[in-house]
Amino acid sequence: MTRVAIAACGIIPFTRNDQSIESALLESAADLFKSSQVDRDSVDAVLVSTNSNSKYLAPILSETAGLRPDTAHTVENLCNSGTNAMVSGYSYIASGLADVVLVSGAERYDSPGQVLKWDRSRGSFMHPVFWASMLAKSYKRRFSVSDEQLAMVPVKNHRHARDNPNAISKKACSIQDVMESKKITDDIRLLDCSRSCTGSASILLASEDAARGLCKEPVWITGIGQKTTSAGFTKNESLSSLESTRIAADAALHMAGHTPKEIDVAEIHDAFSVCEPMALESIGLCGSGCGADMVKHLYDTESRMINPRGGLIGSGHPLGATGIAQAVEITQQLRAKAAKRQVDGARIGLVHNMSAAGTSSTVLVLER
Amino acid sequence: MTFESELAGGRFCIPECISCKKTVWPPAPRCSHCLGRVRLQDGNHTGTVIEFSKKENEYFCMVEFGAARIMAGIKHSPKVGQKVRVCRCGIRDGDYYFEVE
Ligand SMILES: [Zn+2]
Repeated sequence: MTRVAIAACGIIPFTRNDQSIESALLESAADLFKSSQVDRDSVDAVLVSTNSNSKYLAPILSETAGLRPDTAHTVENLCNSGTNAMVSGYSYIASGLADVVLVSGAERYDSPGQVLKWDRSRGSFMHPVFWASMLAKSYKRRFSVSDEQLAMVPVKNHRHARDNPNAISKKACSIQDVMESKKITDDIRLLDCSRSCTGSASILLASEDAARGLCKEPVWITGIGQKTTSAGFTKNESLSSLESTRIAADAALHMAGHTPKEIDVAEIHDAFSVCEPMALESIGLCGSGCGADMVKHLYDTESRMINPRGGLIGSGHPLGATGIAQAVEITQQLRAKAAKRQVDGARIGLVHNMSAAGTSSTVLVLER
Repeated sequence: MTFESELAGGRFCIPECISCKKTVWPPAPRCSHCLGRVRLQDGNHTGTVIEFSKKENEYFCMVEFGAARIMAGIKHSPKVGQKVRVCRCGIRDGDYYFEVE
Protein backbone atom coordinates (compact mmCIF):
# COMPACT_ATOMS: atom_id res chain seq x y z
CA MET A 1 0.00 0.00 0.00
CA THR A 2 1.41 3.38 -0.99
CA ARG A 3 1.93 6.08 1.61
CA VAL A 4 -0.33 9.11 1.22
CA ALA A 5 0.93 12.66 1.52
CA ILE A 6 -0.59 16.09 1.85
CA ALA A 7 1.09 17.87 -1.04
CA ALA A 8 -0.61 21.28 -1.00
CA CYS A 9 -3.14 23.36 0.95
CA GLY A 10 -5.51 26.24 0.32
CA ILE A 11 -7.76 28.24 2.63
CA ILE A 12 -9.81 31.43 2.67
CA PRO A 13 -10.84 33.69 5.56
CA PHE A 14 -13.81 32.47 7.61
CA THR A 15 -16.52 35.15 7.66
CA ARG A 16 -20.26 35.75 7.94
CA ASN A 17 -20.31 36.67 4.24
CA ASP A 18 -23.18 35.74 1.97
CA GLN A 19 -20.97 33.88 -0.50
CA SER A 20 -22.24 30.99 -2.62
CA ILE A 21 -20.95 27.55 -1.71
CA GLU A 22 -19.63 27.11 -5.26
CA SER A 23 -17.57 30.28 -5.09
CA ALA A 24 -16.22 29.47 -1.61
CA LEU A 25 -15.02 26.06 -2.87
CA LEU A 26 -13.41 27.63 -5.93
CA GLU A 27 -11.60 30.23 -3.83
CA SER A 28 -9.87 27.74 -1.52
CA ALA A 29 -9.02 25.47 -4.48
CA ALA A 30 -7.59 28.48 -6.33
CA ASP A 31 -5.51 29.37 -3.27
CA LEU A 32 -4.17 25.82 -3.24
CA PHE A 33 -3.14 25.78 -6.91
CA LYS A 34 -1.85 29.37 -6.95
CA SER A 35 0.31 28.85 -3.87
CA SER A 36 1.73 25.50 -4.97
CA GLN A 37 2.16 25.48 -8.75
CA VAL A 38 0.70 21.96 -8.80
CA ASP A 39 -0.23 20.95 -12.33
CA ARG A 40 -4.03 20.76 -12.34
CA ASP A 41 -3.93 17.99 -14.96
CA SER A 42 -2.47 15.70 -12.30
CA VAL A 43 -5.74 15.65 -10.29
CA ASP A 44 -7.67 12.46 -10.90
CA ALA A 45 -10.30 12.74 -8.18
CA VAL A 46 -12.16 15.67 -6.58
CA LEU A 47 -14.05 15.26 -3.31
CA VAL A 48 -16.21 18.01 -1.85
CA SER A 49 -17.04 18.05 1.84
CA THR A 50 -20.14 19.99 2.80
CA ASN A 51 -23.57 19.87 4.42
CA SER A 52 -24.94 22.24 1.80
CA ASN A 53 -28.07 21.14 -0.02
CA SER A 54 -26.57 22.35 -3.31
CA LYS A 55 -26.06 19.45 -5.67
CA TYR A 56 -23.25 18.13 -7.87
CA LEU A 57 -20.67 20.33 -6.20
CA ALA A 58 -17.59 18.23 -7.01
CA PRO A 59 -18.22 18.28 -10.77
CA ILE A 60 -19.05 22.00 -10.49
CA LEU A 61 -15.79 22.68 -8.63
CA SER A 62 -13.93 20.59 -11.22
CA GLU A 63 -15.41 22.54 -14.11
CA THR A 64 -14.87 25.97 -12.56
CA ALA A 65 -11.30 25.17 -11.43
CA GLY A 66 -10.31 23.67 -14.79
CA LEU A 67 -9.97 20.11 -13.51
CA ARG A 68 -10.87 16.95 -15.43
CA PRO A 69 -10.98 14.24 -12.78
CA ASP A 70 -12.14 10.67 -13.29
CA THR A 71 -14.01 10.69 -9.98
CA ALA A 72 -15.87 13.63 -8.45
CA HIS A 73 -18.46 13.50 -5.67
CA THR A 74 -19.59 14.94 -2.34
CA VAL A 75 -18.95 13.55 1.15
CA GLU A 76 -21.33 14.54 3.95
CA ASN A 77 -21.07 13.55 7.62
CA LEU A 78 -22.16 16.68 9.52
CA CYS A 79 -19.28 18.38 11.37
CA ASN A 80 -16.64 15.77 10.53
CA SER A 81 -17.40 15.76 6.81
CA GLY A 82 -13.97 17.29 6.15
CA THR A 83 -11.85 14.55 7.66
CA ASN A 84 -14.22 11.92 6.25
CA ALA A 85 -13.57 13.33 2.79
CA MET A 86 -9.82 13.18 3.50
CA VAL A 87 -10.13 9.54 4.56
CA SER A 88 -12.07 8.83 1.37
CA GLY A 89 -9.35 10.52 -0.67
CA TYR A 90 -6.71 8.55 1.21
CA SER A 91 -8.57 5.34 0.38
CA TYR A 92 -8.77 6.15 -3.34
CA ILE A 93 -5.00 6.61 -3.37
CA ALA A 94 -4.13 3.66 -1.13
CA SER A 95 -6.29 1.37 -3.28
CA GLY A 96 -4.64 2.58 -6.48
CA LEU A 97 -7.84 4.05 -7.91
CA ALA A 98 -6.31 7.54 -7.90
CA ASP A 99 -2.88 9.15 -7.51
CA VAL A 100 -3.80 12.75 -6.78
CA VAL A 101 -7.02 13.80 -5.02
CA LEU A 102 -8.27 17.32 -4.36
CA VAL A 103 -10.36 17.47 -1.17
CA SER A 104 -12.25 20.74 -0.79
CA GLY A 105 -14.63 21.57 2.04
CA ALA A 106 -16.98 24.51 2.31
CA GLU A 107 -19.99 25.70 4.21
CA ARG A 108 -22.17 28.79 4.45
CA TYR A 109 -23.13 30.47 7.74
CA ASP A 110 -26.71 29.29 7.22
CA SER A 111 -25.82 25.63 6.72
CA PRO A 112 -28.61 23.08 7.10
CA GLY A 113 -26.06 20.82 8.84
CA GLN A 114 -26.39 22.58 12.19
CA VAL A 115 -29.43 20.59 13.28
CA LEU A 116 -29.84 16.82 12.81
CA LYS A 117 -33.56 16.68 12.14
CA TRP A 118 -33.64 12.88 12.25
CA ASP A 119 -32.70 12.84 15.94
CA ARG A 120 -36.28 13.19 17.22
CA SER A 121 -35.32 11.93 20.69
CA ARG A 122 -34.06 15.47 21.26
CA GLY A 123 -37.73 16.51 21.33
CA SER A 124 -38.02 20.28 21.06
CA PHE A 125 -34.36 20.67 22.11
CA MET A 126 -32.86 20.20 18.66
CA HIS A 127 -30.12 22.84 18.58
CA PRO A 128 -26.57 21.70 19.44
CA VAL A 129 -26.52 24.06 22.43
CA PHE A 130 -28.82 21.62 24.26
CA TRP A 131 -26.53 18.60 23.93
CA ALA A 132 -23.63 20.87 24.81
CA SER A 133 -25.48 21.89 27.98
CA MET A 134 -25.94 18.24 28.96
CA LEU A 135 -22.25 17.50 28.36
CA ALA A 136 -21.08 20.62 30.20
CA LYS A 137 -23.30 20.00 33.22
CA SER A 138 -22.35 16.34 33.40
CA TYR A 139 -18.61 17.02 32.96
CA LYS A 140 -18.60 19.75 35.62
CA ARG A 141 -20.51 17.53 38.04
CA ARG A 142 -18.33 14.45 37.54
CA PHE A 143 -14.98 16.21 37.81
CA SER A 144 -15.90 19.18 40.06
CA VAL A 145 -14.98 21.66 37.34
CA SER A 146 -16.33 25.25 37.43
CA ASP A 147 -17.72 27.43 34.63
CA GLU A 148 -14.66 29.67 35.10
CA GLN A 149 -12.33 26.74 34.48
CA LEU A 150 -14.15 25.86 31.25
CA ALA A 151 -14.07 29.55 30.25
CA MET A 152 -10.31 29.19 29.90
CA VAL A 153 -10.93 27.30 26.61
CA PRO A 154 -12.38 30.30 24.71
CA VAL A 155 -9.88 32.62 26.42
CA LYS A 156 -6.99 30.51 25.09
CA ASN A 157 -8.50 29.85 21.67
CA HIS A 158 -9.52 33.44 20.96
CA ARG A 159 -5.98 34.47 21.92
CA HIS A 160 -4.56 31.96 19.42
CA ALA A 161 -7.02 33.09 16.73
CA ARG A 162 -5.59 36.61 16.82
CA ASP A 163 -2.54 35.23 15.03
CA ASN A 164 -4.64 33.39 12.46
CA PRO A 165 -5.45 35.75 9.58
CA ASN A 166 -8.26 33.43 8.41
CA ALA A 167 -10.06 33.26 11.77
CA ILE A 168 -13.44 34.88 12.26
CA SER A 169 -12.43 36.05 15.75
CA LYS A 170 -10.17 39.07 15.90
CA LYS A 171 -10.50 39.80 19.58
CA ALA A 172 -9.01 38.33 22.73
CA CYS A 173 -11.34 37.80 25.67
CA SER A 174 -10.94 37.34 29.41
CA ILE A 175 -12.57 34.84 31.75
CA GLN A 176 -14.75 37.70 32.91
CA ASP A 177 -15.80 38.42 29.30
CA VAL A 178 -16.80 34.77 28.88
CA MET A 179 -18.70 34.71 32.17
CA GLU A 180 -20.48 37.97 31.31
CA SER A 181 -21.33 36.98 27.74
CA LYS A 182 -24.95 36.13 27.01
CA LYS A 183 -26.17 33.15 28.97
CA ILE A 184 -27.65 30.79 26.37
CA THR A 185 -28.42 28.16 29.01
CA ASP A 186 -27.35 27.73 32.64
CA ASP A 187 -24.29 25.83 31.38
CA ILE A 188 -23.37 27.49 28.07
CA ARG A 189 -22.57 31.13 27.44
CA LEU A 190 -22.25 32.78 24.05
CA LEU A 191 -18.43 32.79 24.16
CA ASP A 192 -18.44 29.04 24.92
CA CYS A 193 -19.79 28.42 21.40
CA SER A 194 -18.09 28.09 18.04
CA ARG A 195 -19.83 30.17 15.38
CA SER A 196 -21.36 28.96 12.17
CA CYS A 197 -19.74 30.83 9.35
CA THR A 198 -18.88 30.87 5.68
CA GLY A 199 -15.54 29.36 4.82
CA SER A 200 -13.61 26.91 2.73
CA ALA A 201 -10.38 24.93 2.88
CA SER A 202 -8.70 22.58 0.39
CA ILE A 203 -6.03 19.96 0.60
CA LEU A 204 -4.27 17.98 -2.12
CA LEU A 205 -3.56 14.33 -1.33
CA ALA A 206 -1.03 12.39 -3.36
CA SER A 207 0.53 8.95 -3.54
CA GLU A 208 4.17 8.73 -2.48
CA ASP A 209 5.39 8.71 -6.09
CA ALA A 210 3.15 11.58 -7.15
CA ALA A 211 3.97 13.63 -4.04
CA ARG A 212 7.71 13.59 -4.82
CA GLY A 213 7.00 15.37 -8.10
CA LEU A 214 4.40 17.77 -6.72
CA CYS A 215 6.03 19.26 -3.64
CA LYS A 216 9.25 19.58 -1.68
CA GLU A 217 7.76 19.14 1.78
CA PRO A 218 5.19 16.35 1.84
CA VAL A 219 3.36 15.81 5.11
CA TRP A 220 2.39 12.17 5.56
CA ILE A 221 -0.90 10.85 6.84
CA THR A 222 0.47 8.09 9.05
CA GLY A 223 -2.55 7.33 11.20
CA ILE A 224 -6.30 7.20 10.65
CA GLY A 225 -8.91 6.22 13.22
CA GLN A 226 -12.66 6.50 12.96
CA LYS A 227 -15.56 5.41 15.11
CA THR A 228 -19.30 5.82 14.81
CA THR A 229 -21.06 4.87 18.05
CA SER A 230 -24.55 6.08 17.06
CA ALA A 231 -26.38 8.86 15.29
CA GLY A 232 -28.68 9.99 18.08
CA PHE A 233 -27.11 12.09 20.82
CA THR A 234 -29.25 10.49 23.55
CA LYS A 235 -27.53 7.16 22.73
CA ASN A 236 -24.21 8.46 24.11
CA GLU A 237 -23.55 6.20 27.10
CA SER A 238 -21.43 8.79 28.87
CA LEU A 239 -22.18 12.50 28.86
CA SER A 240 -18.77 13.35 30.33
CA SER A 241 -16.41 11.57 27.94
CA LEU A 242 -16.23 11.00 24.18
CA GLU A 243 -16.29 7.28 23.46
CA SER A 244 -16.05 7.58 19.67
CA THR A 245 -13.06 9.90 20.06
CA ARG A 246 -11.31 7.50 22.44
CA ILE A 247 -11.65 4.60 20.00
CA ALA A 248 -10.73 6.68 16.93
CA ALA A 249 -7.66 8.14 18.65
CA ASP A 250 -6.47 4.71 19.82
CA ALA A 251 -6.79 3.39 16.27
CA ALA A 252 -5.05 6.36 14.66
CA LEU A 253 -2.15 6.35 17.12
CA HIS A 254 -1.80 2.58 16.82
CA MET A 255 -1.66 2.82 13.03
CA ALA A 256 0.97 5.57 13.24
CA GLY A 257 2.95 3.69 15.90
CA HIS A 258 2.86 6.57 18.37
CA THR A 259 1.60 7.33 21.86
CA PRO A 260 -0.34 10.45 22.86
CA LYS A 261 2.80 11.75 24.63
CA GLU A 262 4.59 11.99 21.28
CA ILE A 263 2.07 14.43 19.80
CA ASP A 264 3.66 17.87 19.35
CA VAL A 265 0.64 19.80 18.09
CA ALA A 266 -3.07 19.07 17.75
CA GLU A 267 -6.25 20.58 16.39
CA ILE A 268 -9.14 19.57 18.66
CA HIS A 269 -12.85 19.82 17.84
CA ASP A 270 -13.90 22.46 20.39
CA ALA A 271 -17.44 23.01 19.10
CA PHE A 272 -18.20 24.21 22.65
CA SER A 273 -15.77 24.93 25.50
CA VAL A 274 -16.44 21.64 27.27
CA CYS A 275 -15.54 19.62 24.15
CA GLU A 276 -11.86 20.57 24.39
CA PRO A 277 -11.07 19.06 27.83
CA MET A 278 -13.31 16.08 27.06
CA ALA A 279 -11.44 15.44 23.80
CA LEU A 280 -8.00 15.93 25.39
CA GLU A 281 -8.91 13.25 27.94
CA SER A 282 -10.49 10.87 25.45
CA ILE A 283 -7.48 11.10 23.10
CA GLY A 284 -5.16 10.44 26.03
CA LEU A 285 -3.34 13.78 25.90
CA CYS A 286 -4.10 14.07 29.63
CA GLY A 287 -5.69 11.94 32.32
CA SER A 288 -9.41 11.58 32.94
CA GLY A 289 -10.75 14.74 34.60
CA CYS A 290 -7.50 16.68 33.97
CA GLY A 291 -8.53 18.41 30.71
CA ALA A 292 -9.42 21.74 32.29
CA ASP A 293 -6.12 21.80 34.21
CA MET A 294 -4.25 21.06 30.99
CA VAL A 295 -6.01 23.94 29.20
CA LYS A 296 -5.06 26.32 32.02
CA HIS A 297 -1.46 25.11 31.95
CA LEU A 298 -1.30 25.64 28.17
CA TYR A 299 -2.64 29.17 28.62
CA ASP A 300 -0.32 30.03 31.49
CA THR A 301 2.76 28.78 29.63
CA GLU A 302 1.62 30.38 26.34
CA SER A 303 1.86 26.97 24.70
CA ARG A 304 0.27 26.72 21.26
CA MET A 305 0.23 22.95 21.32
CA ILE A 306 -3.56 22.64 21.33
CA ASN A 307 -5.62 24.50 18.73
CA PRO A 308 -2.89 26.86 17.52
CA ARG A 309 -5.17 28.38 14.82
CA GLY A 310 -7.79 29.10 17.52
CA GLY A 311 -9.82 25.92 17.21
CA LEU A 312 -13.43 26.07 16.14
CA ILE A 313 -14.23 28.65 18.82
CA GLY A 314 -11.62 31.10 17.59
CA SER A 315 -11.52 30.29 13.88
CA GLY A 316 -15.24 29.78 13.29
CA HIS A 317 -16.94 26.54 12.32
CA PRO A 318 -17.92 26.23 8.65
CA LEU A 319 -18.90 22.58 9.17
CA GLY A 320 -17.73 20.95 5.94
CA ALA A 321 -14.53 23.00 5.86
CA THR A 322 -13.57 22.53 9.52
CA GLY A 323 -11.78 19.16 9.37
CA ILE A 324 -9.83 20.25 6.30
CA ALA A 325 -8.91 23.59 7.88
CA GLN A 326 -7.66 21.67 10.93
CA ALA A 327 -5.48 19.52 8.65
CA VAL A 328 -4.23 22.62 6.80
CA GLU A 329 -3.10 24.08 10.13
CA ILE A 330 -1.28 20.93 11.20
CA THR A 331 0.36 20.69 7.77
CA GLN A 332 1.62 24.28 8.09
CA GLN A 333 2.84 23.53 11.61
CA LEU A 334 4.78 20.46 10.46
CA ARG A 335 6.30 22.44 7.59
CA ALA A 336 7.31 25.17 10.08
CA LYS A 337 5.20 27.64 8.07
CA ALA A 338 2.69 28.61 10.76
CA ALA A 339 4.21 32.06 11.34
CA LYS A 340 3.31 33.48 14.76
CA ARG A 341 1.32 30.35 15.58
CA GLN A 342 4.29 28.04 15.13
CA VAL A 343 4.92 25.31 17.70
CA ASP A 344 8.71 25.01 17.65
CA GLY A 345 10.05 21.78 16.26
CA ALA A 346 6.65 20.18 15.66
CA ARG A 347 7.15 16.80 13.97
CA ILE A 348 4.02 14.81 14.83
CA GLY A 349 0.57 16.36 14.67
CA LEU A 350 -2.98 15.20 15.32
CA VAL A 351 -6.38 16.25 13.99
CA HIS A 352 -9.56 15.50 15.94
CA ASN A 353 -12.88 16.11 14.20
CA MET A 354 -16.30 14.89 15.39
CA SER A 355 -20.03 15.13 14.76
CA ALA A 356 -23.30 15.41 16.64
CA ALA A 357 -22.21 15.40 20.30
CA GLY A 358 -19.39 12.98 19.58
CA THR A 359 -21.56 10.24 18.11
CA SER A 360 -18.83 9.87 15.47
CA SER A 361 -15.19 10.92 15.43
CA THR A 362 -12.25 10.94 13.05
CA VAL A 363 -8.65 11.27 14.23
CA LEU A 364 -5.70 11.72 11.88
CA VAL A 365 -1.99 11.57 12.69
CA LEU A 366 0.19 13.67 10.39
CA GLU A 367 4.00 13.66 10.21
CA ARG A 368 6.63 15.42 8.22
CA MET B 1 -50.35 2.65 14.76
CA THR B 2 -46.83 4.04 14.93
CA PHE B 3 -44.81 5.87 17.57
CA GLU B 4 -45.41 9.04 15.60
CA SER B 5 -49.15 8.60 15.14
CA GLU B 6 -49.53 7.90 18.87
CA LEU B 7 -47.32 10.87 19.72
CA ALA B 8 -49.46 13.08 17.49
CA GLY B 9 -52.37 12.05 19.72
CA GLY B 10 -50.41 12.99 22.86
CA ARG B 11 -49.42 9.42 23.85
CA PHE B 12 -45.80 8.43 24.55
CA CYS B 13 -45.51 4.71 23.74
CA ILE B 14 -42.00 3.26 23.56
CA PRO B 15 -41.61 0.73 20.73
CA GLU B 16 -40.30 -2.78 21.36
CA CYS B 17 -39.31 -5.65 19.10
CA ILE B 18 -41.95 -8.33 18.62
CA SER B 19 -39.24 -11.02 18.26
CA CYS B 20 -36.51 -10.22 20.81
CA LYS B 21 -38.55 -7.85 23.06
CA LYS B 22 -35.74 -5.27 23.14
CA THR B 23 -36.62 -1.58 23.22
CA VAL B 24 -36.33 -0.02 19.77
CA TRP B 25 -34.96 3.48 20.23
CA PRO B 26 -35.04 5.88 18.57
CA PRO B 27 -38.36 4.78 17.09
CA ALA B 28 -37.81 2.92 13.85
CA PRO B 29 -39.72 0.46 11.68
CA ARG B 30 -37.40 -2.40 12.66
CA CYS B 31 -35.42 -3.60 15.68
CA SER B 32 -31.73 -2.64 15.41
CA HIS B 33 -30.69 -5.87 17.21
CA CYS B 34 -32.51 -8.55 15.21
CA LEU B 35 -34.22 -6.47 12.48
CA GLY B 36 -37.56 -7.84 13.68
CA ARG B 37 -40.82 -5.97 13.45
CA VAL B 38 -41.87 -3.51 16.12
CA ARG B 39 -44.93 -2.93 18.30
CA LEU B 40 -45.72 -0.20 20.81
CA GLN B 41 -45.68 -0.82 24.55
CA ASP B 42 -48.47 0.63 26.65
CA GLY B 43 -47.73 4.18 27.71
CA ASN B 44 -47.29 5.52 31.25
CA HIS B 45 -43.57 4.71 31.45
CA THR B 46 -41.62 5.86 34.51
CA GLY B 47 -38.26 7.42 33.68
CA THR B 48 -35.24 8.79 35.53
CA VAL B 49 -33.70 12.23 35.10
CA ILE B 50 -30.03 11.70 34.23
CA GLU B 51 -29.01 15.31 33.50
CA PHE B 52 -30.61 18.74 33.27
CA SER B 53 -30.00 22.41 32.57
CA LYS B 54 -32.07 25.57 32.12
CA LYS B 55 -32.70 28.01 29.29
CA GLU B 56 -34.09 31.32 30.51
CA ASN B 57 -36.82 30.16 32.89
CA GLU B 58 -37.35 26.73 31.39
CA TYR B 59 -35.71 23.62 32.72
CA PHE B 60 -34.88 20.84 30.29
CA CYS B 61 -33.55 17.39 31.06
CA MET B 62 -32.45 14.07 29.66
CA VAL B 63 -34.73 11.31 30.86
CA GLU B 64 -33.95 7.62 30.66
CA PHE B 65 -36.71 5.02 30.23
CA GLY B 66 -34.68 1.80 30.24
CA ALA B 67 -32.97 1.80 26.85
CA ALA B 68 -34.85 4.87 25.61
CA ARG B 69 -33.76 8.43 26.36
CA ILE B 70 -35.43 11.71 25.48
CA MET B 71 -34.83 15.40 25.98
CA ALA B 72 -37.83 16.87 27.75
CA GLY B 73 -39.04 20.05 29.36
CA ILE B 74 -39.81 20.01 33.09
CA LYS B 75 -41.62 22.69 35.14
CA HIS B 76 -39.77 22.57 38.44
CA SER B 77 -36.06 22.36 39.16
CA PRO B 78 -35.21 18.67 38.64
CA LYS B 79 -32.70 16.47 40.44
CA VAL B 80 -30.51 13.80 38.91
CA GLY B 81 -32.08 10.45 39.77
CA GLN B 82 -35.59 11.91 40.08
CA LYS B 83 -38.42 9.64 38.83
CA VAL B 84 -40.69 11.27 36.25
CA ARG B 85 -43.44 10.47 33.76
CA VAL B 86 -44.29 12.08 30.44
CA CYS B 87 -47.18 14.46 31.21
CA ARG B 88 -47.46 16.15 27.82
CA CYS B 89 -46.09 15.24 24.43
CA GLY B 90 -46.97 15.63 20.81
CA ILE B 91 -45.93 17.10 17.50
CA ARG B 92 -45.92 20.87 17.05
CA ASP B 93 -45.09 22.42 13.68
CA GLY B 94 -43.56 19.10 12.64
CA ASP B 95 -41.28 18.87 15.70
CA TYR B 96 -41.69 16.42 18.57
CA TYR B 97 -41.99 17.76 22.10
CA PHE B 98 -41.94 16.02 25.46
CA GLU B 99 -42.71 17.33 28.95
CA VAL B 100 -42.20 15.34 32.12
CA GLU B 101 -43.21 15.81 35.76
ZN1 LIG C 1 -35.31 -7.56 17.98
